[in-house]
Amino acid sequence: MREIKCDACHHINREGTELCESCGKPLVEKQQAEGKETKKLLNMRYDGSSRRSMTYNKSVVDRVWNFFSSVKVGVTLIVITLIASAVGTILPQQMYIPQNVQPEVHYKDQYGLIGQIYYQLGLHELYSSWWYMILIALIGISIIIASIDRVVPLYRALKNQKPTRHTTFIQRQRLHSKTDDVTDADKHTFISNLKRMRYKVTEDNGHVLAEKGRFSRWGPYVNHVGLIIFLLGALLRFVPFMYIDDFVWVREGETVVVPDTNGEYFIENKDFIIETYGDSEEDTRFKEALENQSGPIAKNFQTNAVIYRNVETVVGAEPQLEKFKEDSILVNHALKFDGFALYQTSYQLNEFKSMSFIIHETNDADETELASFKVDLTNPAEEYQLDNGFRVMIDQYFPDYYIDDGEPRSQTKNPKNPAFVFLVYPPDSSEPEVSFAGIGRNVDASGENQYKVGLQDFEVRDVTGLTVRKDYTLPILGLGGIIFMIGVIQGMYWQHRRVWIHPKNNGLWLAAHTNKNWFGIKKDIEKAIMKTNINMVVDQEQEEQELQKQQEQNK
Amino acid sequence: MSKVEEAKKQKRNKKKKRLLFRSIILLALLAALIFALISNFNNDEASLGVGDQAPPFQLKQLNGDAETLNLADLEGKGIMLNFWATYCKPCEDEMPYMQSLYPKYKDDIEIVAVSVDATQLVIDRFVDNYNLTFPILHDNKEQVMDLYNVGPLPTTYFINPDGEIVEVVSGPLTLERLDGYLQQILPE
Repeated sequence: MREIKCDACHHINREGTELCESCGKPLVEKQQAEGKETKKLLNMRYDGSSRRSMTYNKSVVDRVWNFFSSVKVGVTLIVITLIASAVGTILPQQMYIPQNVQPEVHYKDQYGLIGQIYYQLGLHELYSSWWYMILIALIGISIIIASIDRVVPLYRALKNQKPTRHTTFIQRQRLHSKTDDVTDADKHTFISNLKRMRYKVTEDNGHVLAEKGRFSRWGPYVNHVGLIIFLLGALLRFVPFMYIDDFVWVREGETVVVPDTNGEYFIENKDFIIETYGDSEEDTRFKEALENQSGPIAKNFQTNAVIYRNVETVVGAEPQLEKFKEDSILVNHALKFDGFALYQTSYQLNEFKSMSFIIHETNDADETELASFKVDLTNPAEEYQLDNGFRVMIDQYFPDYYIDDGEPRSQTKNPKNPAFVFLVYPPDSSEPEVSFAGIGRNVDASGENQYKVGLQDFEVRDVTGLTVRKDYTLPILGLGGIIFMIGVIQGMYWQHRRVWIHPKNNGLWLAAHTNKNWFGIKKDIEKAIMKTNINMVVDQEQEEQELQKQQEQNK
Repeated sequence: MSKVEEAKKQKRNKKKKRLLFRSIILLALLAALIFALISNFNNDEASLGVGDQAPPFQLKQLNGDAETLNLADLEGKGIMLNFWATYCKPCEDEMPYMQSLYPKYKDDIEIVAVSVDATQLVIDRFVDNYNLTFPILHDNKEQVMDLYNVGPLPTTYFINPDGEIVEVVSGPLTLERLDGYLQQILPE
């Protein structure tokens, strides 16, 4: 490692140092503020100390380290991730397509060639793809290493500050003034005024450094720590113990297993309630608003549910349920048990539960009932013995009837559009008549049936859709968020202000620097030099800009 | 002279420390990355995958003589565990293949078909229609489907005589592929 000796104070600096750590004298020729036209001012970034990664570049570890330490690399990674994330929104992700279809078929059918390419490139599950995860992880790594690489030298530079600064350093600060004659009393007033404004003052042989708000410099790093904790929390979401996000449909009166509880918990839907505005008396005050709406406005969705614990250990065997908790689930009122929470997220109204049919003579215009039977759609019986010697067998049952290539089929297992093929045995006959009956359908298969089966009535029930969630990562995400915010506030609302006093013959030179809010530090100095004959600092950047403007005008 | 050497030694120490520090941080970050990738991969493949032990369960059997079937009772035999439903067309397509191969492998391999249909009636009709003789089970509470974390239907698990999952197939099977998978789970 090469070292740089400051020719003014003989302090030994590490390679890459731009301003002497001890006296602040520029060690490199071109040391000047970036992006500024003026060549006069110093670049005070990281106080001119060397960022470690820029100094040596030797072993593999160092090379990797230096790669991630670069802000350019970090920004590039972020931009790539942004573009990738945008691509993922072009077509719906796999989790948003219907559950009962094969994705490869769905994307091709719905979106044609583009959909097929999208699927084959794996973009249908982009956000959980390995390369996307690696991108996010690389950003995390970049944040961590870049932070470590900058916070350490900066901390050292700020900790080892000496009040004595080289005249070049003083002259090339943005705020600077020279006063030829200053009495000790004036200097003392100035310093004690600064102290009153809660500047921390260190003195060394007449040289003075007054400083306040240094902790605001750590804001960005605190912010990054928060971000890293947040990323860690997001990472833990992949551990099933920490995070579960699932969904379950429960029909009224039904008891089903709560997914992802290893069959330990069951949920019964006692009742699903949906209320709309305008139903009750107190809603009359909303009358006008409601009239402007095209449909009814929901006021409440509610599932009255019971949670059971299954003490039977063999999965699939008839569960032995013990009541665990009973509660109603409303929007923003989840049912919580054993780390799990059930949220009201969806519903389906009026699914068929049972259907009643009557048998009448085909040519009877009055459809006089000869026999009737009720089919429980949750568990239809095979055979029904009826009055007047009738017997009905269910030959086929289609819970969700549709015609596929001329063949009747069921689309799902749920009774959304139930239809039956009945075998009707008339009294004293072993030859059945075949009848097809469903909602709005009543087909006589042979055309010669003596009896007809007609739908008389039906019962319906509601289905509630619940999100099943377990999330132990929330406290971690919350902590990360809070720390993030503290970092932002720390860096935003405080500024690191420094004032240097450099005695020169009978007078003194003044210089000041702040990382933001130059107006504020000027005010501070103005107040501090009141009633003294110390000259107010001049904003050299502003001065130069005005000078340039004038020159342009003169041309 | 000794001062220079001391300084050099100090420098070396510093360098060593730095290398150690950087290596540890990079290794920790790499470990976190690998952890994230592996857990993500496992999530995709459902919680049960190749190499896992097939979790035992017991379900009502709808055909044959037995009332229930317990997977643990099939120890020593290969098991083809098929999740299906009557309304699922690809499931329907592969049923005849399963039935045609069943007699040949019957003594060594049990084909267990778990239906996730809601009602027994539709399954009974289906079984009668295709004359299925291998055990048909009814998972009406979706307990076993949840246990195996089954996504789209059909999904088939091929389990060797030691109870270890050898293959997971999501989607329909052809006769040749089915035969090949069954060969893999034959007892020795």
